[in-house]
Amino acid sequence: MSYARRALIVAWKDLVVERRSKETLNALLFFSLALLFVFQFTLGPDRERLAAVLPGVLWLGFILSGVLGLGRTFLVERDNDCWEALLLAPGDKSAVYVGKLAASLALMLVVEAIVLALFTLFFNVDLWPVLPGLALVIVLGTLGIAAVGALFAAMTAQVRTRELLFPVLLLPVLVPVLLGTVKATEALLLREPLTSVAHWWQLLVAADVVYVVVGLLTFDVILEG
Amino acid sequence: MMTHEALIEVVGLVRLFGTTRVLDGVSLTVGSGEAVALLGPNGSGKSTLLKIVATLLRPTRGTARVLGHDCVRQAEAVRSVLGLIAHGAHVYDDLTALENLRFWTTLSGLPADRERLMAALGDVALERHADVRVRTFSVGMKRRLALARLALARPRVLLLDEPFAGLDQRGRKWLQGRLETFKASGGAVLMATHSFGRELEIADRLAILAGGRVALDTPRAALGADDVQRLYAAHTEEAAL
Repeated sequence: MSYARRALIVAWKDLVVERRSKETLNALLFFSLALLFVFQFTLGPDRERLAAVLPGVLWLGFILSGVLGLGRTFLVERDNDCWEALLLAPGDKSAVYVGKLAASLALMLVVEAIVLALFTLFFNVDLWPVLPGLALVIVLGTLGIAAVGALFAAMTAQVRTRELLFPVLLLPVLVPVLLGTVKATEALLLREPLTSVAHWWQLLVAADVVYVVVGLLTFDVILEG
Repeated sequence: MMTHEALIEVVGLVRLFGTTRVLDGVSLTVGSGEAVALLGPNGSGKSTLLKIVATLLRPTRGTARVLGHDCVRQAEAVRSVLGLIAHGAHVYDDLTALENLRFWTTLSGLPADRERLMAALGDVALERHADVRVRTFSVGMKRRLALARLALARPRVLLLDEPFAGLDQRGRKWLQGRLETFKASGGAVLMATHSFGRELEIADRLAILAGGRVALDTPRAALGADDVQRLYAAHTEEAAL
């Protein structure tokens, strides 16, 4: 119970701080909007061309906004040396990781929901029939991105070149998640049965499990530096 | 002379940063109900020593123990009994004072009911600012909030780095009173400071760090401000030579 309370209070704190400062949310929304606008302008109204690239466009938007937001996850801990206090707080440090992961996941899902709504508007696609399946892919994909992103954000928070280092570390590790999400999204948008891409789902779920477990096991060491 | 049970025990501590030897065999004890002031010029290793005792930094050689727990191998046990106030106040600017206390007490696995938190804020004269965001607080108010957070955790050992920095006269007097109460309850205080003034009255002993070593460890009671200045100058200049 205490572990859950500790994880929840970290998530609550991050979300309250974000709600009040709106630093990350505003940046992510404007960035995603600009990205969608550029894609819409470049790809034009050609339906066949659009159908081929839409899953990639959607996930490129998610991943780039995710990288932008996740990179800031631990910056709030640097102000007033809160990082030191997190270290000194007694108890299992993985609860801090779970809380950070939950807050990042919630924030990313809010941004993705808005981006998805704009996506349907910009590209004139009807996502209602595939929404439950698409929502599942998005949640699983975002969990993988947030799990490894929160870990690498902690690893690079104290590094001077973190803006450069964070995406360099993160993006190669996210390849299994990206492959799984893009292929599953493609199948959904083409109205193919999900069983036809079962192996991509399995890859996605396996990557999520591995990333979360690795995060739980290694966060303590990373926080200690 | 009064004897104290040693709550902080540092033996032969060496810390290198690259090839720079910041601490070079520091040994020091702080007993129950005792406060030791660490004096020394910038770069003499005061903050490094505090960070090692606080488990935030590993020593290159030597040992540091808090209530018998090794600061490297039993860091978790050490953390459960100590409180640290360093340069940062360990508070979130976008949370209110009450929210900050709720966050840190819950994270430490302590009860975080409103009455208890409000009482802690009352102790540091911040109850009227309970629902105000910390962003608007002065340095002194943030420091008082940090002390309220520490009080809720009920530490046995306090590590303070420049505790009087940023406090006005009233704040300094108030902090001195708090530290006296803490000492009277059997706690141990190790504080790094550049002050030679009335703030040192809280200290039972002075330890002057120079050249990476404890150049002088002496009882403070018999010393006036001029004596402290003279001793400080003599030992730090000697080390510089």
